[in-house]
Amino acid sequence: MMLRPATVFAILVGLGLWLPLVQFKPNRIAAGEGIRLDQALAGGPVIALAVLGLLVLSCIWRMPDRMRIVLALAGMAGSLVVLGHAARSLSVEAGNLARLAPASGFWLMLLGFSLMLADGVARLGPSLPARWLILGLVLVAGFGILASGMLDQISVMREYATRRAAFLHEAKRHLQLAFGSLGLALLVGLPLGTGIYMMRRLRGPVLAALNILQTIPSLALFGIMLPLLAWLAATLPAAGRWGVSGIGAFPALIALFLYALLPVVSNTLSGLETVPRATREAAVGLGMTRWQVLGQVLIPLALPSLIAALRIVLVQNIGLAVIAGLIGGGGFGTFVFQGLNQMAMDLVLLGTLPTIALALLAGIVLDLLIEHVARGRP
Amino acid sequence: MIELQDLTRMFDGQPVVRDVSLTVEAGEIVTLVGTSGSGKTTLIRMINRLVEPSSGRVLIEGLDAASLPVHQLRRRIGYAIQGIGLFPHRSVAQNIATVPRLLGWPRARIEDRTDELLELFQLDPARFRDRMPHQLSGGQAQRVGTARALAARPDLLLLDEPFGALDPIIRAQAQTDLRAVQRRLGTTMILVTHDIDEAVLLGDRIAVMDAGRIVQYDRVARILAHPETDFVRAMTGGPEGVFRLLSLVAAAEIAEPGEAPGPPVDAATNLREVLSLCLSSGREALPLRSGGRVTLAAIRALAGRGGQ
Ligand SMILES: Nc1ncnc2c1ncn2[C@@H]1O[C@H](COP(=O)(O)OP(=O)(O)OP(=O)(O)O)[C@@H](O)[C@H]1O
Ligand SMILES: [Mg+2]
Repeated sequence: MMLRPATVFAILVGLGLWLPLVQFKPNRIAAGEGIRLDQALAGGPVIALAVLGLLVLSCIWRMPDRMRIVLALAGMAGSLVVLGHAARSLSVEAGNLARLAPASGFWLMLLGFSLMLADGVARLGPSLPARWLILGLVLVAGFGILASGMLDQISVMREYATRRAAFLHEAKRHLQLAFGSLGLALLVGLPLGTGIYMMRRLRGPVLAALNILQTIPSLALFGIMLPLLAWLAATLPAAGRWGVSGIGAFPALIALFLYALLPVVSNTLSGLETVPRATREAAVGLGMTRWQVLGQVLIPLALPSLIAALRIVLVQNIGLAVIAGLIGGGGFGTFVFQGLNQMAMDLVLLGTLPTIALALLAGIVLDLLIEHVARGRP
Repeated sequence: MIELQDLTRMFDGQPVVRDVSLTVEAGEIVTLVGTSGSGKTTLIRMINRLVEPSSGRVLIEGLDAASLPVHQLRRRIGYAIQGIGLFPHRSVAQNIATVPRLLGWPRARIEDRTDELLELFQLDPARFRDRMPHQLSGGQAQRVGTARALAARPDLLLLDEPFGALDPIIRAQAQTDLRAVQRRLGTTMILVTHDIDEAVLLGDRIAVMDAGRIVQYDRVARILAHPETDFVRAMTGGPEGVFRLLSLVAAAEIAEPGEAPGPPVDAATNLREVLSLCLSSGREALPLRSGGRVTLAAIRALAGRGGQ
């Protein structure tokens, strides 16, 4: 028998209810103990039963999609609220040194509800404005819950509270790295992709070189760049003043840029290649100059592919920018590697959670933009 | 006047067009017929330099085509590509307006011109102007492609199999339309086809192409009456050959004094149609509206002399 999606989501959330909601640690680095929803809160058993009831209902009765979306949104918000409350009431008993982190049950519930949301949205196929609206609602609700202080007793938020300024600084740096390398990759990759489209002979070598680049692990890449850039900074003082150095943000930017080059170049090429030959020849035959053919025919027709490249690269770079933390380049990676060094998982989460959220957000926003562009096309 | 002088084009060491010399008089339609792969597309592409000749020259009104900036040359030569190649992201009107826009015509003039062309090709401007190419049938797309080639009133129009995708009825209509458009504008035209009937119907002259060479270039009647090689004979002759000949001659040309029964026909009606009317109505002769008659015997005699 095929499992219906609704059943799968229900099983996920159900499992989440049964697994520990929060992890309790007497102090920051001690071993933890899991606590279930029904143990964590006074009203816990009632809430768990109510949610279970709704889940069973969602399995046996085919809910309208709208209702499912509302249920999922409420579920996501509810999981956060319940987590915050549980943490608060537990911390009152345990004192200030204790740490309360979201545990497997919480993550499963969040996963189940967000899958339910994605599925509901996909099924309902709401109009583009409606989808922007849903995205906006989720963002506002998320920020609202964070700002309300409800989650302040959660360990990640406590890590955040002690590093507010550093967090904002690294967030800015993370975005600079991701967008900066994307900008560079577009600046170089679009002309390069167009160039090898026109000069067929260069295709093989260029793509091969980019492919090799793509397979070099980031640590090895830093290893190669370190002496090169250090030498460059030493011999050319001007370069040093521009921020060129063997470690820090500059090599991280270069690495991200190099990794982004292949997707940009290959998508540019494949986008241009989808333009039918007759269309291209008609453009030339009617008397368009090279640049007119490129600007009026080739690029507009390759646009969906170019935006797809933008999406791939942005999402990839937001995630990958974490490696900058390895070489003192800043960004959310700083917390990740600090946390790993100190064996403080809460600090690692402070780096990974915003990274994941940003990547998701960028992916969704660009998907919506792609649909805007794709409208009115065959 | 267009002169092709000793044009040759090699691809991968093989000549695809060899030593072609051809003069097209201003205001005439030349149809270029030949089997698939004989080099027709390559030949006309050398005129607008989409393919550069390996040797030889193209003169347009005495001016060497190679001496002009290539995009300026192409804007003066209308070109409807084999395979149409409409711009999928632009509406019908924008497609047609391509060359006028490149030439910087004022908006109002471009709009008038697009509507005029749509009407000329029997496409209602109100219905078709804002359609996208994927919303057209194959035949409509081909007519838009031809309209696009004509938009900036080019001195020369190159049409590469413009009616390939049309069914026989629409095709006949499109051929008549094109002929009418050409008569009105006086555009010089080179039209590629592998349909000999189309070549006969539309051409003032026919150039027959085989394996990269022009094997015969002549007025339509002469090609039909005096094929110079077996290839041309095979192309123009066959069981239909005699009817093609008759289709070139007007009834008035072999009219004789006298009476005939039944409804009269126009003096301009071609003999193929006269013959068909005689046979279907069981008459030996038809009266002409302008007086006199055409007899079956006269048609038979003319066909026997090979149309002369
Ligand atoms: N760019 C090219 N490179 C190599 N060979 C080519 C090229 N263009 C055309 N040819 C070859 O030249 C020959 C003539 O091609 P062309 O397109 O001129 O034929 P055609 O008479 O227009 O045929 P059709 O009626 O099928 O359109 C063919 O054998 C073709 O393979
Ligand atoms: Mg051809």
